[in-house]
Amino acid sequence: MSRLLVCPPDYFGIEYEINPWMRRSNAVNSDQAIRQWHHLMQVLEQDVGAVLERMRPVPGLPDLVFTANAGVVVGGKAVPSRFRYAERQKEEAYFENWFRGQGYEVVTLDPGRFFEGAGDLLGFPDTWFGGYRQRSDIDVFSTLSDWFHREIIPLELVDKRFYHLDTCLCPLSGGELLYFPPAFDHYAQEALAERIAPSRRLVAPEAEALRFACNAVCVGKHVVLPVGCPETESLLTSRGYLPHPVPLDEFMKSGGSAKCLTLALD
Amino acid sequence: MTQTQETVVLTGHIIDSLILAKVLDRILMMGGTFDIQDMRIGKTREEASRARIVVRAPSAKLLSEILHAIQPHGASVENERDCRLSAAPADGIFPDEFYATTHLSTQVRVHDQWVEVEGIEMDLGILVNPARPTARTVPMGEVKRGDLIVTGRDGVRVIPLQRPRDRDVFSFMESQVSSERPHGRVISDIAKRLVQLRTGFREGKAGSKVLLAGGPAIVHAGGREALAWLIDEEFIHVLFCGNALPAHDMEVDLYGTSLGYGHAAGRVVPHGHEHHLRTINRIRAIGSIEAAVRSGVVKTGIMAACVRRGAHVVMAGTIRDDGPLPGVITDSLEAQATMRRAIPGIGLALLVASTLHAVATGNLLPATIPSVCVDVNPAVPTKLADRGSFQAVGLIMDAASFLRELARELGWKP
Repeated sequence: MSRLLVCPPDYFGIEYEINPWMRRSNAVNSDQAIRQWHHLMQVLEQDVGAVLERMRPVPGLPDLVFTANAGVVVGGKAVPSRFRYAERQKEEAYFENWFRGQGYEVVTLDPGRFFEGAGDLLGFPDTWFGGYRQRSDIDVFSTLSDWFHREIIPLELVDKRFYHLDTCLCPLSGGELLYFPPAFDHYAQEALAERIAPSRRLVAPEAEALRFACNAVCVGKHVVLPVGCPETESLLTSRGYLPHPVPLDEFMKSGGSAKCLTLALD
Repeated sequence: MTQTQETVVLTGHIIDSLILAKVLDRILMMGGTFDIQDMRIGKTREEASRARIVVRAPSAKLLSEILHAIQPHGASVENERDCRLSAAPADGIFPDEFYATTHLSTQVRVHDQWVEVEGIEMDLGILVNPARPTARTVPMGEVKRGDLIVTGRDGVRVIPLQRPRDRDVFSFMESQVSSERPHGRVISDIAKRLVQLRTGFREGKAGSKVLLAGGPAIVHAGGREALAWLIDEEFIHVLFCGNALPAHDMEVDLYGTSLGYGHAAGRVVPHGHEHHLRTINRIRAIGSIEAAVRSGVVKTGIMAACVRRGAHVVMAGTIRDDGPLPGVITDSLEAQATMRRAIPGIGLALLVASTLHAVATGNLLPATIPSVCVDVNPAVPTKLADRGSFQAVGLIMDAASFLRELARELGWKP
């Protein structure tokens, strides 16, 4: 059974600009955002069968809704994020308290090293991938690799629009990888190509990558992704996955979609 | 040219991710070079790998740019310690465990900053002024009580020689010395260097001076005219020698003999063994070699050319000297110090037919200065080449043949 941490969008909005998607002039329609979020929750609970843990939203922290950036949780151990931007650093204490309140063993990184949680760290059971250069620092991955006893392959993100690894790469439960190669430098593209056979690499077309096709939640054979990505859906279908397109454009104004709104717990 | 360098450490899953490849590529693309000092590869998938990489660049600015560019990929500068300093306990005595220099460029870390050691020369101590901070070499005999001297090896790094860019005899590791190789090519390369250096010298470029350290065999064997021509033509600018070379050179001018052997007659002449003594006595009476040349008493030869051209001559005496000639320094330490002062600005050293002066000069030269050692005795070039310089060329040949061939290559017509 898959457990996911989520946070209702009661205070969600665009109050600052820390990625190329965010424009304060492009105001969020709050009612619409709340509707879209509840729809996503419904799909996750009813269609996908995930169990949702809800955090309490906090006024003044509009991005707390993006729980993928709370930290990373594996085997009862949680490492809370250290955000690069001051605007989001205020979220750290709330996420950390939530982990402690749930009885996780909380291990913290030294201050001054940036790590934005599952937004920049995701992978297969044995091999994880770490996105760096935009938000997280590369050197946190060797520490996390020690703590979690996992191989972590650092991948350099070179396109500011794909500022977190989960905006351009989504490992699927069957070992396939859905991703958008131009978001990575050529060493990272090469490293992925060497590790994953061509038949298992599903390349999202650019137009759909820009609609956050890769910001998908995969639970078993279910893949929840934003609407408007028909080619990605057919790629997934061809490999036996069941796509669940969900409208999430209010959250895309802030640079996030389905995956950003959830954090896998186990 | 001194390279700057810094050691960086890269850890994590750096192999499969191609992060190591990326960092090394970046260093090269930006114009730096690297040496991987330690490489530990993780034994299991989960275990991280670790590489210690020395990054080098031709300037401090470029090095800092390279470090800046590779830092986001995880290459962090290794923490290094400052060098250890101890006060000299008395004049002329280094503290215990003093660091002894090599002839390679050296830097010491003072207040977390690498400082170039000035006046590099082998077998000296390093004196540090932490306030400025600066560092320079100091001979044992010149250290003063309380001077801060580097002890131990922490915070000291020796910069290996770069392979020179010019593609000539100096660009190959010429540590082996053999009498069974043709000399023509080597001499022709030396001649090309001399032409380049003379151009630089005439333009006032630093490091363009040529030093010749030589023994009296140059005169005895018949290399006098060739050497005098090389000095007259401004191919040689500094001369290190003892008492004998100038004595016999001027003996030829005054008596037509060297050590009593008649150059024109081709045999020992009666009472010829006195000629060098009479020569020394004559010059002593005049007061100086320069005065003897300027007054027209000595007209030809090596010393005359030196005076005419204003070449810098350092004459270091020994215990077997007759006279000696005026200007010969009889205090060995003073002679050493005078030779040392003449080293800056030298771009090439020719060490010809003198074990004593060749070895003494070799000890004073930093490894960055190319040197050519010419001797009929293979032991001398071998000893000098063993100093581990890329740029020490050894030639087993007679001094006169070498100088005559070299001068001919440069246009001398005997």
